[in-house]
Amino acid sequence: MEVFLQQLINGISLGSIYALIALGYTMVYGIVQLINFAHGDVYMVGAYLGFFATAILGWPFLPALLLSMVVCAILGMVIEKLAYTPLRNAPRIAALITAIGVSLFLEYGMMLLVTPQVRTFPQVLPEVQYKLLGNLVITNRQIIILVVTIALMLLLQYIVHKTKIGKAMRAVSHDKQAAQLMGINVNKTISATFAIGSALAAAAGVLVGIYYNAINPLMGIMPGLKAFVAAVLGGIGIIPGAMTGGFLLGIVEAMVSGYGKSLYRDPVAFVILIIILIVKPAGLFGKNVREKV
Amino acid sequence: MLKVEDVHVYYGAIHAIKGISLEVPQGQIVTLIGANGAGKTSTLNTICGLIKPKSGRITFEGKDITGMATPEIVKMGLTQVPEGRRIFANMPVYENLELGAFLNKNKKEVAEAMENVYTRFPRLRERKNQLAGSLSGGEQQMLAMGRALMSKPRLLLLDEPSMGLSPILVKEIFSIIKELNEQGTTILLVEQNAKMALSIAHRGYVVETGRIVLAGDAKELLESPEVKRAYLGG
Ligand SMILES: Nc1ncnc2c1ncn2[C@@H]1O[C@H](COP(=O)(O)OP(=O)(O)O)[C@@H](O)[C@H]1O
Ligand SMILES: [Mg+2]
Repeated sequence: MEVFLQQLINGISLGSIYALIALGYTMVYGIVQLINFAHGDVYMVGAYLGFFATAILGWPFLPALLLSMVVCAILGMVIEKLAYTPLRNAPRIAALITAIGVSLFLEYGMMLLVTPQVRTFPQVLPEVQYKLLGNLVITNRQIIILVVTIALMLLLQYIVHKTKIGKAMRAVSHDKQAAQLMGINVNKTISATFAIGSALAAAAGVLVGIYYNAINPLMGIMPGLKAFVAAVLGGIGIIPGAMTGGFLLGIVEAMVSGYGKSLYRDPVAFVILIIILIVKPAGLFGKNVREKV
Repeated sequence: MLKVEDVHVYYGAIHAIKGISLEVPQGQIVTLIGANGAGKTSTLNTICGLIKPKSGRITFEGKDITGMATPEIVKMGLTQVPEGRRIFANMPVYENLELGAFLNKNKKEVAEAMENVYTRFPRLRERKNQLAGSLSGGEQQMLAMGRALMSKPRLLLLDEPSMGLSPILVKEIFSIIKELNEQGTTILLVEQNAKMALSIAHRGYVVETGRIVLAGDAKELLESPEVKRAYLGG
């Protein structure tokens, strides 16, 4: 029971990271039906920006988080404009291959810029451990990860449901032509979606830097794939699905490690992917509907 | 008010519109009739900028709108109720209407426009919090029309508003179209239901395989032997 509760706490922290990255996957898929495989690398760039702000500029946590989110939002829009917009009407496979190209470009471009060496995040938030109910431990960093994640999710829900750009995003993802007839600028809306998704990934990158302390240019690959699994698990294109899928995946992974099977931690995510694709391909929150034509 | 001159549209290698010209005078109902695949939807979509024509010219209230982006055209007071309604099924009725006034930043005007729509379509008011996808076909058509009216268009394009509706509902929809026109909205109506369309229209055009084959006063078209044979069943 104690292992279970402890791993639940750890799993929620890890799951927050997956959920934040998964949101970007799912929002972008929802609006342009593209699996943006470069998304995990935007998370990596976000971590480096957090490192730059804290280690080099000496900024505290919150301003560093904001800087990273803003710069990655711009990066996301630039990637969309340069790499994906020209392929809007091309076959999907062309966009998918381009996404892989962008991913490699970001990974090896970053290596060229900062070397492949692992960087250690400065101790912007010295770790404090709190004991709960006997031997359960929760750290201040875990609390911050959860608080920041929940705050960002609430902000996202507000944007998507209450603001004009959020309404435009939902309209465009439902029907681009009808959205245009409402006077909605589809290009701007898609751009905003990339910006928001990338900013969330950047936040995840900074949080991971603070939680695990170490970052490197290839750090986005595995979490990127797992966040993709989380998005599919929840139902790709569905925002609450990505949130739930992220937390679930984080918790399952933490349980697998906690019960002494850490070697199976990575495979378990992909086993989940295979099972969900067989049993309920639309995901936990998805309705099994025919593909729109 | 609207002038379409020698417009050609291609889908890849398919030459769908082969030089269509038509005119919609202010205050009138003009109808475009023709069989399935004749090019009616392509014509409307080209007018509102959803498709770019290969050649030809479209002017609205004297301004060249050829190749202009759809949101710009909507802003000028021209919008379309698309074929198949294309409502936002996963949003409630009121949100669909709000989206119809997307370009209007004045909250008070939007609220007034919504009130007008609810007055015109009381059934939408009753169902304003219901998901649009759960409405019946007739209600969805009303929602699609109400949504378009939210932008207060001066010219409204309607693509087969009677499609899939029962005869009673078709009558209701047509009387609403007539009423809208009498209250000052100019209308370009696309229909396969030629008889109904010509009976409320001032002018009509008949399209066949991407070309206008007949044009004239609606009453005369209704009487013309060609139209009778091809579209009115004898
Ligand atoms: N997106 C498209 N791609 C290729 N061909 C199309 C497309 N849309 C319409 N067409 C073709 O253009 C012609 C006119 O279609 P359309 O304008 O939809 O006719 P209508 O509205 O009169 O039924 C048809 O032959 C149709 O097959
Ligand atoms: Mg049609």
